[in-house]
Amino acid sequence: MTESPEARAKREISITVNGKPETVQVYAMERLLDVLRHELGLTGTKEGCGEGECGSCSVLIDGVLVNSCLIPVLQAQGAKIVTIEGLASNGHLQALQQCFLDCGGAQCGICTPGMILAAHHLLSNNPQPTLEEIREGLSGNLCRCTGYTQILEAVAEAARREAAT
Amino acid sequence: MKNAPIVGTSVPRMEGRDKVTGHAHYVDDMVLPGMLYGTTVRSRIARGKIERIAFGTGIDWNTFVIVGPRDIPGKNCIALIEDDQPCLADGMVNHPEEALLLLAHPDRHLVPKAVEAISVEYHPLPAIFTMEESEAQSQIIWGRDNTFKSYRIEKGDVDAVWQSADHIVEGEYTTGAQEQLYIENNGMIAAFDPHKGLTVWGSLQCPYYVHKALMKLLGLSADRVRVVQMETGGAFGGKEEYPSMIAAHAALLAMKAGKPVKIIYDRMEDMAATTKRHPSRTRHRTGVSKDGKILGGEIDFTLDGGAYKTLSPVVLSRGAIHAGGPYYWPSVQIRAKAVATNAPPHGAFRGFGAPQSLFALERHMDRIAQVVGLSPVEIRRRNLLKPGQTTTTGQTVEEQIDLGKLLDRALELSDYSAKKEQFAKANQQCARKKGMGIAAFLHGAGFTGSGERFLGSLVGVEASADGSLRILVSSTEFGQGTNTVLCQIAAEALGLRYLDMGIAQPDTDQVPNSGPTVASRTVMVVGKLVESAALGIKETLAASGMLGDSYSPEEFRSACLGYVRKHGKLRSLVQYQQPDDIVWDEEKYHGSAYAAFAWAVYIAEVSVDLTTYQVTVDDFVALQEIGRVLHPVLARGQIIGGVAQGIGFALYEKVIWEQGRMQNGQMTNYIMPTCADLPSIRVYFEELGNIHGAYGAKGIGELPMDGPAPAIVNAVEDALHVPFHAIPLLPEDIFAALSESAAPESAATSARGKE
Repeated sequence: MTESPEARAKREISITVNGKPETVQVYAMERLLDVLRHELGLTGTKEGCGEGECGSCSVLIDGVLVNSCLIPVLQAQGAKIVTIEGLASNGHLQALQQCFLDCGGAQCGICTPGMILAAHHLLSNNPQPTLEEIREGLSGNLCRCTGYTQILEAVAEAARREAAT
Repeated sequence: MKNAPIVGTSVPRMEGRDKVTGHAHYVDDMVLPGMLYGTTVRSRIARGKIERIAFGTGIDWNTFVIVGPRDIPGKNCIALIEDDQPCLADGMVNHPEEALLLLAHPDRHLVPKAVEAISVEYHPLPAIFTMEESEAQSQIIWGRDNTFKSYRIEKGDVDAVWQSADHIVEGEYTTGAQEQLYIENNGMIAAFDPHKGLTVWGSLQCPYYVHKALMKLLGLSADRVRVVQMETGGAFGGKEEYPSMIAAHAALLAMKAGKPVKIIYDRMEDMAATTKRHPSRTRHRTGVSKDGKILGGEIDFTLDGGAYKTLSPVVLSRGAIHAGGPYYWPSVQIRAKAVATNAPPHGAFRGFGAPQSLFALERHMDRIAQVVGLSPVEIRRRNLLKPGQTTTTGQTVEEQIDLGKLLDRALELSDYSAKKEQFAKANQQCARKKGMGIAAFLHGAGFTGSGERFLGSLVGVEASADGSLRILVSSTEFGQGTNTVLCQIAAEALGLRYLDMGIAQPDTDQVPNSGPTVASRTVMVVGKLVESAALGIKETLAASGMLGDSYSPEEFRSACLGYVRKHGKLRSLVQYQQPDDIVWDEEKYHGSAYAAFAWAVYIAEVSVDLTTYQVTVDDFVALQEIGRVLHPVLARGQIIGGVAQGIGFALYEKVIWEQGRMQNGQMTNYIMPTCADLPSIRVYFEELGNIHGAYGAKGIGELPMDGPAPAIVNAVEDALHVPFHAIPLLPEDIFAALSESAAPESAATSARGKE
């Protein structure tokens, strides 16, 4: 069997994903998205376009919201990564996740993980955003099902519930 | 004690928790041991003979599984309406991106390199790319005359109209292809076990369509083919017919390899190779009285079907039947045809032909208003269907719908009159021109005519070994809320709690054929059957003496448990029976086309920036009568999502074609609306009930796709006083039209008063 040139280029990368240190053997230029999905089995992060347009593969790297399809894994060496699997703890949904359920923010669900991470990132930096700020914060994430209204409402509701607690 | 109602409340989405936590399982999330990665080698030309296929150097081809048309054990076709579409082109290609060969390898990184190393030599043949070229028959590329299907709907004597009409108004309107753009690309996994047969798992709408296609292709009996739907990340019609092709490819590879094979399309492949909304051209010629009454008309409705028949006849049928809209036509002749071009076949997309013909009609109504000298409101009001009148197919409007009132309410909700007046004044001073546009329309739910009778859908409800209940249907969830609403219906029917109900994963080994998940039929038709099947369980338990007249959920469960222990199983199966009053003449295209219509009036408020020529939708009112709202959050979500796709259809989404191939198959250059592009979409419902639907529901999935495009383009005309006859309407089109607007009469449209 042919050994591909990439196979010879595999190297060890250490990253922390959802609080757990991981060491993986990967190609340096492999997309972070593929490493999360294939090597670590974290399939909650989705691929929609593979070119950074749709935001379905959004994750946080050291608190920064990125499209994981555009990140060579080498660039994530040593970084702390948060994926959708890292949000709910011990089976308890975050308020934001609950609001997506209550408000109809998830339909087919494929954009939902990325959308929730983008919203989570927005609310972490701006706990009480205006509607325009929510629109701006989520404008890098495409959804074909909802027409966005109920997603925007879910984020606004999460901010409201957070303020009420 | 009567339980609190479940139908009409917004219970949590059945699979919602998995979706918000990232645990929902889509096909690309599934890995089988020893699985190979498959891919498709495709045609680069539109039409020609395949002369030679060369496997280049630098690839160890012995490590690849390679499948060609000779490896097909059964018939080389994707069975649908007609078996004209090959699974793999055999000697001849008829469109770009047609599948030629299949490859699979354990290392997914090597697969694209192998595709690049394959070169195909063709003997090109002349190809045709427009409806006009197809009609001119300069090349015959399909059948005898390039025509997949034609229909004629006739009512009254149209020829008599031209003499008596005060005005004859003509117009031609066109719509472009539109990509469904579900965010989850298409994908399938196939595995073959010589003893048990074939299993495919995939992203799909219609498990039994795939099942049928695989049986024919592979020469396998029904019990040796199993199709399982995975969580599906959007579909909109785009996963109605093409998944059969991908399943076929994965199956052929898996059978040859003796290992499971996964095929996942990337975005560009998905956009370029799979189906899109049919481009259309509609020509209207309408006779109108001086007081604005439609006397009769001719409507020529033509669809570009692409290279193979696929679903074009049915898309054409729905488009033709909706071409007269919600108006009374004393006489009409609708001539519809779908023609062949050398593009990948166009297919199902939410609305299924109706958005095309309704765009034309609702633009044409504004045109008629201008010619007659009435307002867009008044021309519609004078022609709206009334109970007791008949549609273009002669179907009597039985329900007590007052479309005039629906129109009035939409006008009030949008503050139409005041805004129209205000904009007319403000536009004189402002470089940002504003306008208001209306669309009135209808959408038939369920299969057309006798379609539901032929489908004969089967639905089951069964008690599991632990006494819990689950619904057995092949109807699929892909975002619309199938799982949730069907469970609501069953729980309501039995007086149980929503969470007492479960629904089986669509798996042809487990569930009966409840028909395809298309045509806005799931809640209305399948929902009604779920209700009956659920009641069947209760009747069986009561007849056996295990259940009294009143019971708690716990008592119901223990009765189920008792019955299953005693008799082995408890299952209630129900089959669709078409009501006697639904009579359809397939030959004459006359009669009850649909068991129910949903009705709507949409109003768009737009502004056009005369610096950028960009149109912005500032407000959107979507008012519809849908029988009964079973789940307010889901129903509203369906409408908003449909309107958003309609706004894309009107203003953003343009497929750039070159030699039959989509040139902009990326999200970077095929633009769908983001949340920053859309207005607040305000949704309102009227509920008149529907005797044919579960708890009075009608279908709503497709309805919201029909109205936005004409409402928006009507509003743009209101703002600019320049008519537009084609969508998508992009800034460059507006720029071009305004540059030419010295000639106010467009060549495409003419009107004459009677001499």
